[in-house]
This record gives sequence, structure tokens and C-alpha cells, in this order.
Amino acid sequence: MKEELFVSGRNIPNIDPYLNIWHWQIPLYLFLGGLAAGILFFAALFTIMGKEKEMPAAVKKAPIIAPIALILGLIALFLDLKHKLFFWQLYTTIRLESPMSWGAWVLMAITPLSMLWVASYMKELVPGWKWKNNLLESFEGFVIKYRLWMAWMIIVLSVILGIYTGILLSAFNARPLWNTSILGPLFLVSGMSTGAATILIMSKSKEERRTMSWIDLLLIIVELFFITHLIMGMKAGSQVQIDAVSLFLGGQFTVSFWVFVILLGLVFPAILEILERIGYHIPVVIPVALILLGGLMFRFIMVEAGQLTRYLY
Amino acid sequence: MRYAMAIDTLKCVGCSDCVVACQMENNVPIGFCRDWVTETVDGSYPNVEIELRSERCNHCDNSPCVRCCPTGASHIEDGGIVLVTHHKCIGCGACIQACPYEARYSHPEGYVDKCTFCIHRVRKGDKPACVAVCPTKCMYFGDLDDPNSEITNVLKNRKFKSLAPEAGTNPQIFYLI
Repeated sequence: MKEELFVSGRNIPNIDPYLNIWHWQIPLYLFLGGLAAGILFFAALFTIMGKEKEMPAAVKKAPIIAPIALILGLIALFLDLKHKLFFWQLYTTIRLESPMSWGAWVLMAITPLSMLWVASYMKELVPGWKWKNNLLESFEGFVIKYRLWMAWMIIVLSVILGIYTGILLSAFNARPLWNTSILGPLFLVSGMSTGAATILIMSKSKEERRTMSWIDLLLIIVELFFITHLIMGMKAGSQVQIDAVSLFLGGQFTVSFWVFVILLGLVFPAILEILERIGYHIPVVIPVALILLGGLMFRFIMVEAGQLTRYLY
Repeated sequence: MRYAMAIDTLKCVGCSDCVVACQMENNVPIGFCRDWVTETVDGSYPNVEIELRSERCNHCDNSPCVRCCPTGASHIEDGGIVLVTHHKCIGCGACIQACPYEARYSHPEGYVDKCTFCIHRVRKGDKPACVAVCPTKCMYFGDLDDPNSEITNVLKNRKFKSLAPEAGTNPQIFYLI
């Protein structure tokens, strides 16, 4: 029998009895960041492949979501800060060891790039659009001229952004549930899958929809594979990791994880996409909404559950 | 120089004087603390053992809080003392997540706060407030690099443990057992 109780003035809000310093802002940001990363990745990828004509939604339309998601995500991040007026300190230094520093700088680069990307397609998206300023008009010409360069920058930055949303969590060895290197790739794939789903619903071309749903299906399978890896790795890990993963295997997050993330967020939309492929007509909004909701739930559950896990001593 | 603390769990009576002294010395806001006392009860009656531990920031050699800080507000001072520069801290909470000892808290003014080993006292040659007031003299503070210091000797002659060494932090608070 072993018992441990706190006897002194250790009663700190948000730390005792459970650490809960990160609330809704962080998982929401992780979702929006992943979504933006996914959308921008495909926009850049198809531009580099020279498929702007075949994939109009991926290259031109869906990227409108990216800067909106990034700005909303940045607002959420800002709301999370407790010492808000000092936020600019993030940009006085580059700390290679800190994922959050990487994230701050990547966001600093990719947010304006995503805006430029959208701006460069404004005339094609909105017929009759004019910048009403000579300088802006010539700047647009400049941006359009170097679009391919921009695509290369965006493809690199979007992968860093997508992976970083996972590494942000996995770098904390004090939280055993997060402390696994698969989390970076897992969040990247999940972000890409939400991005692909967004492109899917914004697309009007049958050919493009076919390609995107194929990509999305592939990403879902990879994601399920990574989640299996995550659970297996934890099960075979140290005691703290076994305890951590038990939150999903009988613990308090079992139902929300298996029902909302695995079944409704991944397996069910995958089945729907397969049914669509073999000829059934499924309204595209159903799998897309499920994928987006599943991605959002996944991040909320990971952040919440991770904060419950700790070292035993 | 490598500052460290050794706490004799066999001498500690759990009076929480160290907690109060710290709160007075460092003006810790009500409802928070930089150090605290845990009581671990092992065994079942009549073979019961109690271990009392005065806990605080472990001023780890491999400090995860310093590693994850995006602004460099969390840093290591001379002597291995882990500190937070208040005007550089943005209150993102990363270091609070990173600490396996949960030794950091968000100060009501926004920045993250924690034990400083009373660096303002140590620099003057005094001992940290918690060590200075301990009525059973169960706490030792000093320089591990000095072969003649009290703490080096006590760690040479006694069995000791540190908290969650498996977290890979190389903590610098030692519990004599």
C-alpha cells in the first residue's frame, strides 16, 4: 500500500491537482495551424507539379482559408499568453531548442506568404477585381512572376508548420502521453488530411475531387497506422507511458478517443470515401465535416489528456 | 560553481517553516508557493513509514524548462541556478508543461515564477530563506564543486536520492534517506 498526499500550501490553480495550464486556445491553434499547413502544402505541391489547371480549388480557391485559419490561430495563441504585452519578446531571439520559437518564426514567414499567394490569384477568383493602386498592381505582377519560387518556400514552411504542431507537444518529456516522436508526423498527416478535406469540399471539378479524395483516403490510412504506432510504442514504454496510454485504453478518454477520433473522424469518412469510389453517391459534406471534426477533437483530446499525465515520484 | 541542496528526510518534521519563510522572503502571492512539503505514507499499520519532503524547483542540470522557453526568459545563471527573467517571459506556459516536478506556476501578474534558490541572498553570502529558518537544520545548501563544502561532505557520507531521475533532468536537489 502506498499513499501520497500534499500537506502544505500546495494548492495552485491550474497545476493542482491536475496540470491544466493550456485550455482551448492551444488545441484550436494546433488544428488551425495543421489545416493551414495542409492546404498550403497542396497548393504549393500542385503548383510545383504544374497542375494549376487540373487542380483549381487546391491551388487557387482553398488557399483563401489558409491566412484566415492562421490569423484565427494566432489570435488563439495570443489569448493563451498570460503576459500578453511582452509577446514581442518571441521575435527578439531565435532559440533552436524551443519548438515554440520555431513555430513563432515559421508563422511569421508563412502567414504573409499565404496572403501573398491569395492576393496573386485575386483577379482569377473575383472577376473584375482591381487593386486600385499602381504600386500594388506592379507588385502583383512581381508576385505572379515569382509564384513558383513562392511555392517552393511554402512547401518547405508548410511541412515545418505541420510537423511543429506535433513537436510542440512531443518535446515535453514531463508529459509522457506527448513525449513520443511519432506525434510530429502524426499531426502533420492529420493536418494534411484536414487540408485535403477542405480542398475536396471547395472543389467543383469531378477530376479534382477524385484526386483529392484519393489523397485524403491515403492520408487517413497513414494516420491510422501512426496512431497504432503511438499506442503500441506507449504500451511497450516505461511505466509513465503505459499509464499515459491507459487514458485511451479504458481510462477517462476511451470513449471520446475511439468514438470521435477513430470511428467518426477517420474510419467512417474513409468508408464513405471508398463507397463513393465504388459508385455510391455520398454528399461530400459528410466525410469532410467528419474529418474536420475528428481532427479538431483529436487535438483537444491530446492536449487535455496529455496534461493529466505526469512522472511518478 | 554548482549550487545544490540536500534535504534530510529523516530530520524533517514537516513543519512547513520553509514554505512560510519562502513566501515571506519572496513575496509569493497568496494561493501560490515556490516550495511545499509532501508527505508519503508507505506500508500498512503497524508497519508504517512516513517520508516528509520539502520540495521545490530542482535547478536541473539538463533543464527542460530552459530548453523549451521560446524567448530565453528561462535561463541558467552562474552556479546552475535556473531563473526566469520576468520582463522577457510571455506567459506561454511551455515551461510549466515541461517541468516534471511541477515547480513553476503562473504568477497573477502574468509571468512564470518559481524558486530562485534565493539568489539575492546567496549572492550576499547568505543561505536561501528556507534553509536559514529550518528549525531541525535538515537542509544543506552549498557548492558541489567545492570539495570542502558542507553539502559535498553530507552527500559523500549519506545515502541520497533525487526525484524522478528517469525524467533525464539531472536534478540538483538531493534527499538524504
